[in-house]
Amino acid sequence: MKIRQISVFIENKVGRIKEITDILGENKVNIRALSLADTSDFGILRMIVDDIEKAVKILKDNGFIVKVSEVVAVEVPDKPGGLAKVLDLLVSNGMNVEYMYAFFEKPEDSALLLFRFERPDEAIELLTKNGINVAGEDKLGVH
Amino acid sequence: MIWNEERETMADGKKKELQTDLLRALIERVYEKIPFYKKRMDEIGVKPSDIHSIEDIVKLPFTTKNDLRENYPFGMFAVPLSEVEEIHTSSGTTGKPVVGGYTKNDIEMWSEVMARCMSASGTTKDDIVQNAYGYGLFTGGLGVHYGARKIGATIIPISGGNTKRQIMIMQDFKSTILTCTPSYSLYLAEVAEEMGVDLKKLPLKAGNFGAEPWSNNMRREIESRLGIMALDIYGLTEIIGPGVGNECEYKNGVHICDDYFYPEIINPETGEVLPPGEVGELVITTLTREATPLLRYRTRDITSIIPGKCECGRTSTRIQRIMGRTDDMLIIRGVNVFPSQIEEVLVDIEGVEPHYQIIVDRVGALDVIEVQVEMNENILSDEIKDLEWLENRIKDEIESMLGLKVGVKLVEPKTIARSEGKAKRVIDKRKI
Repeated sequence: MKIRQISVFIENKVGRIKEITDILGENKVNIRALSLADTSDFGILRMIVDDIEKAVKILKDNGFIVKVSEVVAVEVPDKPGGLAKVLDLLVSNGMNVEYMYAFFEKPEDSALLLFRFERPDEAIELLTKNGINVAGEDKLGVH
Repeated sequence: MIWNEERETMADGKKKELQTDLLRALIERVYEKIPFYKKRMDEIGVKPSDIHSIEDIVKLPFTTKNDLRENYPFGMFAVPLSEVEEIHTSSGTTGKPVVGGYTKNDIEMWSEVMARCMSASGTTKDDIVQNAYGYGLFTGGLGVHYGARKIGATIIPISGGNTKRQIMIMQDFKSTILTCTPSYSLYLAEVAEEMGVDLKKLPLKAGNFGAEPWSNNMRREIESRLGIMALDIYGLTEIIGPGVGNECEYKNGVHICDDYFYPEIINPETGEVLPPGEVGELVITTLTREATPLLRYRTRDITSIIPGKCECGRTSTRIQRIMGRTDDMLIIRGVNVFPSQIEEVLVDIEGVEPHYQIIVDRVGALDVIEVQVEMNENILSDEIKDLEWLENRIKDEIESMLGLKVGVKLVEPKTIARSEGKAKRVIDKRKI
């Protein structure tokens, strides 16, 4: 139950993110979730898109360096303390989170959070055992 | 295997006597036959009679590539063209090419030194030499050809290119020695892999690779992918072509055929001769060349003479693998820096041929150096901390190699300008 994520290396230059979103838009690739991690010199743009193969190909064709990795999508009750409860469980079981970001979906009573775990398989097992839903790619509109 | 025991293992004293005799004869010849050298020597007040021993070579003027250009095409010839059997030139990518003439004796000498170089990689008369250096004006093809013929080996004069046919011939004719540029040998390996041919299972056993700079990392890759011993052959059109020297099986420096080509290492800034072990510019005097002899030719190749004797038994002067060109040398805060040193660090870390650029600038009175390294799929991570770790590791390793503080920046691919297919490695923004 892992979600494939695309990471793109970008230099911190004006207009680089726009360039990527333009390329994806022109090629009818829909960005489902997105997060940027950066330093003063460079950044890594991480995305969940609906058509991974196509996105990777067109980005590479346009000279970008792309890497596909896997993250875990966790359903969190959309109410105060919802995320805290999930994190409590992870922390108390020694599950390191490398990074995380939110997935925006039309109003529902749960939110989706994307986690990059150090040990994803163990994290998934822990979450599901404790009644927390881990979503598959279909739930995020990835095909 | 040593081709010429007498010459290649000659005692130092005897070698000096031979070099002295040859140098004195050479000076007489060039002073009389080449107006350029007569003028040069008269200008600095040196007469042939001032040269008493090989040590006196330091009194003689240097020759530069520019001198050769100014005397293009035949101004540096010491014999009439009727005595010239062959003419070769450099590729001449920048301006007029360098022209080398070969008399009958020059060709004989070239065959001798090439026979030594190829024997060093184990070539015997029973071997089948696949010579994939280009035949033509370029010295590589015919140089190997003459050496292999001298040894009595079987030559396949296949020349460069047509890679699939190279692999077919290699299988069918059971070639045992390969001669080509090191980069072409790796291309051969790549195409062979695509064709489903395992070069390691073929009878190929060794190769003399040269005509371009390469590294020990590249040697390891060639040796493991082709299943052979890969030795460096050194040479340049100005001096003879390939055959100036070759590594032996101990792979500890290039043995220079110093009974024909007298090597010196100089400080490229001052012209002062440096002792063994110190890094500088290689300068070569062609002791016996008849058609186009050269006095103290500045090769612009950066290396050092290795002190001490080699285990192989040869007594010839050894030089380190070429570290770079004086054209590429940077002096940063008094430290000589060659792009090849930085490249070596990157190859070790990335495991592939890296794309990088060195930016030198002066901030206030201080030289600063930044190495920009192109990102590639092998080293990209989705985590910032991995990339920061990588940046720091590159920085630490370059700093410990150069003894200089450097900045390292990861950049997007293709942001590093490439000119004529070759990457421009250094941008020097200092206004000095």
